[in-house]
Amino acid sequence: MSFLANTLGKTPLTRRRALWGLALVAPNVLGLMIFFGIPVLIAFRTSLWEWNGIRPPIEVGLGNFVTLASDSEFWGAFGVTIKLMLFCVPIGMTLSLGVAVLLNQRLRGRAFFRTIYFLPVITSSVAATMAWSWMFQAQYGFIANVLAPFGGANISWLTSPDLVLIPIAIVVIWQRLGFDMIIFLAGLQAIPRNMYEAATIDGANRWQMFRSITLPLLSPTTFLVLILQTISAFQIFDQVYVLTSRTSLGGVNNSATTLSLYLYQTAFTDGDLGYSAAIALASFGFILVLTLTQITLQRRWVYYESGTT
Amino acid sequence: MADATFINRIEIAPKADADTRLYRDPVEQRLRALSYTILIVGAFVMALPFFWMVSTACKAPTALNTLPLEWIPSNPMCIENIGFLYERSPRFNQYLVNSAVVTIGRTLGQLITCSLAAYGFARFQFPGKNILFALTLGLLMIPFQAILIPEYLLLRQFGWLDQFSALIIPGTFSAFAMFLLRQAFLQIPLELEESAMIDGANPLQILWRITLPLSQAAVAAFAVITVQAAWNDFLFPLVAAGTNPDVRVITLGLSLLQGERSTPWNLLMMGSFLATVPMLILFVIFQRQFVEGVSMSGLGGR
Repeated sequence: MSFLANTLGKTPLTRRRALWGLALVAPNVLGLMIFFGIPVLIAFRTSLWEWNGIRPPIEVGLGNFVTLASDSEFWGAFGVTIKLMLFCVPIGMTLSLGVAVLLNQRLRGRAFFRTIYFLPVITSSVAATMAWSWMFQAQYGFIANVLAPFGGANISWLTSPDLVLIPIAIVVIWQRLGFDMIIFLAGLQAIPRNMYEAATIDGANRWQMFRSITLPLLSPTTFLVLILQTISAFQIFDQVYVLTSRTSLGGVNNSATTLSLYLYQTAFTDGDLGYSAAIALASFGFILVLTLTQITLQRRWVYYESGTT
Repeated sequence: MADATFINRIEIAPKADADTRLYRDPVEQRLRALSYTILIVGAFVMALPFFWMVSTACKAPTALNTLPLEWIPSNPMCIENIGFLYERSPRFNQYLVNSAVVTIGRTLGQLITCSLAAYGFARFQFPGKNILFALTLGLLMIPFQAILIPEYLLLRQFGWLDQFSALIIPGTFSAFAMFLLRQAFLQIPLELEESAMIDGANPLQILWRITLPLSQAAVAAFAVITVQAAWNDFLFPLVAAGTNPDVRVITLGLSLLQGERSTPWNLLMMGSFLATVPMLILFVIFQRQFVEGVSMSGLGGR
């Protein structure tokens, strides 16, 4: 007992404060360990099993990962995920930065524009994607009719393996734009005005100021958005589910099956829980490698004011 | 960083005198016209799906297959379509209520567990504090999908699948909200709490009467973001409570409605609209908090 007392603190007051502290953090920390910590352990354990969740599991060692390496469906899903990421991240970042720069001026109706651009962020992705799904229908869909004069009335956006990623990327970008816009706006607002004033006196034009002041000083924000965008693009699920479930989930010939959809299907359609855990860990590994690569590369382009680039 | 002043910085326009000079410059005027054009076209694209959703939701079934498309339905039947929607999905209202229960449960739960823990980490010294804090922050790095299946297995072990407990209880703990609230609590001057302590208040009283009221802005921002995320959550309810209609949330109800290929688009759009309305109302009222919450969460790393 006295040992316990001494680890908690020297005086009665510090001991009492330490007990309070522990009691205060206990519910959340315990809850997090149970519902998020333990599943991480389960993920590693399950990935070494061949298991349908009902019969007793069979130990297969790293067998699931070996299967994974030559599983063409897995690599297909990986390719789809990377393609979507390459669509969504650069376009999404350019658009949200552009809108943020435009809204960072003294314009009438700024608040109105900000509200409109932000609206998709707060909307349920299922409901919003459903609206897009309707707009992308061939023949009677909105987009088919806009494209009709150019011969696009009968394009089946959602069932063509070559095209299906375009609507998915559009919906993802549309729903994410307002979020990144807000982060970029916060970054833009933090750039000191006097830098622009000095540049104006030196005769710099808008584009020069954007290139030489805005972009470098904004680069920490850009880096943050890049990391967040990449991670979220790697986990696209809802949009694919809603856009393709009406015809064939994951698109015709799995043309829209992302890694997260593949792991969902492996677990709940095929009932292969061990393999699904292996897919989840492999995806997590990819995200980790990508993020670490970005962190390593940031030294080359992210500018920090303290001078340590 | 992301404190209450952030939103003010956005609202306050840049220095006016420099800009009035620019107003007269013809090049600047052309640039402004261009800015407006781009912003208006962009806003049109951003708002279009919402407009099309509402417009379709009020269309008669025959108007769905009519060309040219009607922007505004010629004989609107909004109320009738709500009736048809309930005919097709008799428990639609219950899904909305279920979503509300899950949303409120998660938000209140997080508010309690996370503000307690945030206060503990912000103001108390205890053995193992740094390790515990690092561990909880480490959990932030793990994407939810990596633990989706294990989470399902755990809830199955607890016998919680297809029950409200599965939908609510795991969502009442959050490393992220705890981290945000701790940041807010750290900004409050210690003297205020100390004087209450001398008056004999215990930590819970101080948290409730001083710390939380003083961090209202952060708490409100956290709350709207949590509400929004809980209401719109899809993948987790799909996995944890996908088969029991008694606890089905609205996002699942909607996607099931869509899964039946025969469901006409006007009813799907009406359903989507009804599922969106609560968040739209919330957004209109708490716009500042939403924007602030996003900038906080962006800076927090999620």
